[in-house]
Amino acid sequence: MTEPGNAVAEAGGTPPHTTTAPADARPPRPGKARGGWWGGDASEPVRRNLGLVGVLVLLYLIGVFSRPDIFASGARLWSNELTVLTQAASIGVITIGMTFVMISGGIDLSVGALLALASVWSTTVATQSYGPGVMIFTALAVGTVAGAVNGILIAYGRMVPFIATMALMVAARGLSQKISGKLTQISKVDTINKIAETKVLGIPLLVIIFGAVAAAGWILLNRTTFGRRTVAIGGNPEAARLAGINLRRHQVLLYALSGLCCGIAAIMVTSLSNAGSSDHGNLYELQAIAAAIIGGTSLAGGRGTIVGSVLGVLVFTQITNLFIVNNLQLEFQLIAQGAIIVGAVLIQQFRVAALRRPAPPGA
Amino acid sequence: MSRTPGDLSRRRLLMGGAALSAGTLLAACTSNAEPKTSDAGQTKTGSGDNAAPGKTVTIGFSAPSADHGWIRAITDNAKKQAALYSDVKFTQVDAGKDAPAQVAALQTLIQQKPDAIVLLPQDGAQLTAAGKAAMQAGIPVINLDREFSDAGASRLLIKGDNYGMGYAAGLYIGNKLKGKSDAVIAEIAGIDSLPLTQDRSKGFKDALATFNLRVTNRVAAQFTVQSGQDVTANLLQAASKIDAIWNHDDDQGVGVLAAIKQASRKEFFMVGGAGSLDVMEHIKAGDTPLEATVTYPPSMASSAIALARLIAQGKGLSDLVELQVPKQIVLASETITKENVDKYLPLGFRS
Repeated sequence: MTEPGNAVAEAGGTPPHTTTAPADARPPRPGKARGGWWGGDASEPVRRNLGLVGVLVLLYLIGVFSRPDIFASGARLWSNELTVLTQAASIGVITIGMTFVMISGGIDLSVGALLALASVWSTTVATQSYGPGVMIFTALAVGTVAGAVNGILIAYGRMVPFIATMALMVAARGLSQKISGKLTQISKVDTINKIAETKVLGIPLLVIIFGAVAAAGWILLNRTTFGRRTVAIGGNPEAARLAGINLRRHQVLLYALSGLCCGIAAIMVTSLSNAGSSDHGNLYELQAIAAAIIGGTSLAGGRGTIVGSVLGVLVFTQITNLFIVNNLQLEFQLIAQGAIIVGAVLIQQFRVAALRRPAPPGA
Repeated sequence: MSRTPGDLSRRRLLMGGAALSAGTLLAACTSNAEPKTSDAGQTKTGSGDNAAPGKTVTIGFSAPSADHGWIRAITDNAKKQAALYSDVKFTQVDAGKDAPAQVAALQTLIQQKPDAIVLLPQDGAQLTAAGKAAMQAGIPVINLDREFSDAGASRLLIKGDNYGMGYAAGLYIGNKLKGKSDAVIAEIAGIDSLPLTQDRSKGFKDALATFNLRVTNRVAAQFTVQSGQDVTANLLQAASKIDAIWNHDDDQGVGVLAAIKQASRKEFFMVGGAGSLDVMEHIKAGDTPLEATVTYPPSMASSAIALARLIAQGKGLSDLVELQVPKQIVLASETITKENVDKYLPLGFRS
């Protein structure tokens, strides 16, 4: 853990407000934070995450009310929630990569297409003939390399992340169509197909991988130099550069990390659907960005948590599940998702506006 | 730095070598060469007077391209059927991403003055004007599958029977669950906003109603494998015991079957839709709950080319009394089960 990175984010990120509301200060300054620790800025992510937990509890209560036979019965609830977690695994892993990119002030629109490319490349007849090990290696390598290409275009080609990753979004989808010939590549490799069926101590393997990636992401963001640098770059890239951070190299690493997450997710989706396809990961970029945003990650960078992103993914996946078990149509689900995004962002806006106002005396 | 330059360069060399060999391996992994399967069943030329080469005609063709086995089979079949005739010249124009793009593509096709146009529209209503323009330019238009909103915009409509497909699936399920009034019947639809999905669902509902049965759980996927897996995983949680499932589309069916396998559920039987090769092989092997599929054959593209040739050459169908090809052909949706699957296998398309 390095304090310098943190200090840069603070000093550079919100210079006018540093004295009243430090952006990333961990220990609250006694007497300064409005309303003590709870009302202060340091606890903001915690409060937001508790809000998301509240949304999940609300969704659960709706479930209990609408389908008591599932949500009020131990065994069926367990089975249902494991299904929700399994279906959340692939988009969850991608959202974790996206969270890093967004905290650094960037965006990765290519994640869905990179997932498709990795899944197609790893399920061609030739790759399948080499066995499961090479298939997994191929998916991870294709994702990471394509992600690094994003990073190189952005860092050394000086392209805006939105444009560079949009170019890869289109190109990677095209390449995966070219490789697959627009056919569904059915996986005949049992080891790969079995990943989605395997349970360890009653927990599906995909859920465990998702948990492991989330834990690794949390440690990387909160307990390593890499993570603090990411926050610093997002807070103020120029200050971060002056503080001695190799901005370009760090950006390449960040997008490669996002690409690696796409590779992991590609293996998950391939295993779940027993096939690779250039259709896989359709609109994943939007789902991942939406989940990260409701989890409190700022599009402007410098702000975001892994826990928030995971909760954001779970909220969306749980909504899908709730609509299907209640036999409701997809339209309503899309409307509900839109409403949640608007609600979450509005809360964020009001909070920022409140921060800009001077603290009321005596608060 | 404590390392000597020599160490560093050796390490770099190793890294570079590893990266290079990984790259070579990856490059080798893009091949998709498969043993060529015969698709003799999907194209066909008749015998008799009509098969004899006539005046050479140019047939223009436009169909959407999507990552979907059925759509791909449409274009493949059209190409192959045209290649069977020595007197047909085949010109394909890309349909682009959406209906306006296809309208533009069609205008360039009309400029080339082909003798007939076979058109699978992105959207029937939006392409109607383009069809009319071609007809007014004296080019007969063969409207494939997705119907124009005006019958005057085409010389011939050849399409599958979406309502009939749903009805056939409903009949199969109804016959097996007759008298079981509390039967749990699930339906996995395709893209819900498409008229074809609504027609299929209506046919299914109507057929079940004749047995006093109804759809208890309905979900809609996106015609993709991943969406099929996703909605099915949730659907299986919604109903702990199911009697029958109808899945509209065999392409998304790959994901549907995967989700069923992952949940280790087998108390129900399942009916597919379209008739892909993969599904027919499962029906033949009996290794999944999938018992039957109702067809929506992409071989209609082959027939459309054959009929376009006859129309352009001014010939009729030899078994009919009329001198001209009829104005409308609706294909019957057939039910494939273990009993007759061998007959249909050559018609199966790769998803």
